[in-house]
Amino acid sequence: MYRVVEIKEIVDEAKNVKTFRFEDESRPEPGQFYMVWLPGIDEFPMSISYIGNLKGFTVKKIGAGTSRMHELHVGDRLWIRGPYGNGFEIRAGKALVVGGGSGMATLAPLIEKLENKDIIIAAKSKDELVFLNRFRDLKPIIATDDGSMGYRGFATDLAEELLAKNDYDMVYTCGPEPMMSAMVQIAKKYGVEIQASLERFMKCGIGICDSCSINGYRVCVDGPVFKSSILFSMTELGKVRRAPSGKKEELG
Amino acid sequence: MLSVSLNGMFFKNPLILASGVLDESGDTMVRIARAGAGGIVTKSIGSEERVGYPNPVICELPDGMGIINAVGLANPGIDSYGDEIKIAKKGGVPVIGSIFGSSPEEFVFLAKKMEGYGVDAVELNLSCPHARGYGMEVGTDKGLVEEIVSEVKKAVRVPVWAKLTPNTHSLIEIAKSASAADALVLINTVRGMAIDIDARLPVLSNRLGGLSGPCIKPIGVRAVYEVSSELDTPVVGVGGITSGRDAIEYIMAGAKAVEVGTAVYLRGISVFSQIAREMEEWMLKNDVGSIDELVGVAQRR
Repeated sequence: MYRVVEIKEIVDEAKNVKTFRFEDESRPEPGQFYMVWLPGIDEFPMSISYIGNLKGFTVKKIGAGTSRMHELHVGDRLWIRGPYGNGFEIRAGKALVVGGGSGMATLAPLIEKLENKDIIIAAKSKDELVFLNRFRDLKPIIATDDGSMGYRGFATDLAEELLAKNDYDMVYTCGPEPMMSAMVQIAKKYGVEIQASLERFMKCGIGICDSCSINGYRVCVDGPVFKSSILFSMTELGKVRRAPSGKKEELG
Repeated sequence: MLSVSLNGMFFKNPLILASGVLDESGDTMVRIARAGAGGIVTKSIGSEERVGYPNPVICELPDGMGIINAVGLANPGIDSYGDEIKIAKKGGVPVIGSIFGSSPEEFVFLAKKMEGYGVDAVELNLSCPHARGYGMEVGTDKGLVEEIVSEVKKAVRVPVWAKLTPNTHSLIEIAKSASAADALVLINTVRGMAIDIDARLPVLSNRLGGLSGPCIKPIGVRAVYEVSSELDTPVVGVGGITSGRDAIEYIMAGAKAVEVGTAVYLRGISVFSQIAREMEEWMLKNDVGSIDELVGVAQRR
């Protein structure tokens, strides 16, 4: 059943991205998610972007549910269940964190726990970069597809340059699927372990409906964070997803 | 010890994945087979692609009682399902294609398609409690049930299972009208509802749904007992089976095999091998050599 939480603060993070802060006693790991219900509107999965007692969801407006969430005010309520799924496993050594767009929401609590790390914050354009201020002191490397800020080009190209120059023990990534899919291939090429937080249309959130499965692995229960061995085996990653009906469709 | 033959199919154990749980994609069904299931029933497939109801489609009940769902027969449509069956068959266990329709003609069309895809049997969904024009709305009309079962039986060579609803006062009569099937599957979910008192609204977008899990086990055991006492058609038991003891209880009530669904949520996908081990432990302790010996032993005949 749901817990009802009250929105304490709303922060504009980037174009179409807002953070909603709320108090909740659950103890999620970085990378885990909750199901958020707006009664009468929709229910959708949302990864946690702040994991302390004052938690946060950092939400990009993409569908009916998230658009309605963007219209909420401080004092409005959210119905949540969770935390669900497997989060990131923190390993010793040097990490490369590659966040694309609102994928930074999922990576943010992880970044705060990692000790030795290089961070790439990437987006299509300057106004879509998420958490620049939050991580300013960590000197993240910025990349934009259009060159409006920092490195001009894809985050994956920048990541490959870093992997060629430095030794990393783990790559952590979250962002658009084409980016993550390319990142998995690059990690494989450089022989580096990788963890990626994947996303699929989700219904139950508890591992029974098969809607979010990729090659038989459920994003909601077996993921959303997957490790190298499984990521390397996923033939559907970056290529195929399932529509709400369960029908396979090509990823554009 | 646990192997079962039913309608000419061999099951290494009597624990079959129930329709609607982790059985939409072929890859997932292979994974369930490799995790120890004796057989697999697919998600119910219809003539057309169907997206189902908006979220929320499930409501978790506290203390492991179970869940209420109204997914709404979401499915990719029969024309897209051949590949999934082909993949699912790689799991090496019988694959039973579940289908739903609103008329005998539609069931016949779907059953023939499934047979063509290579399923080992078809299961007729005459019992989904939350989809207008399908499931139990068809499955509580005795005349229609009889016609659907007999028409499908005539149209395909593979065994035909009929999955019936507990949401009726005339279960025995419905079971009789479906008794030409090769097996009767009892029970589908029980119609239920949960209201969130803070939201002052039903949780499910469809408002009502189907209750499953340990809380419905006594209803299923009763249904299996009543129907298998009355009829000679083999019965497959389903409803709340979570442990080896639960499976044995259904078998003693008269079930030849059982289906397991919600327990996958409660105990993970290794639930099939866990239940199998628990059954074997009980059988060893109680000097039972073959699970067949226990079928219907609780009945007074």
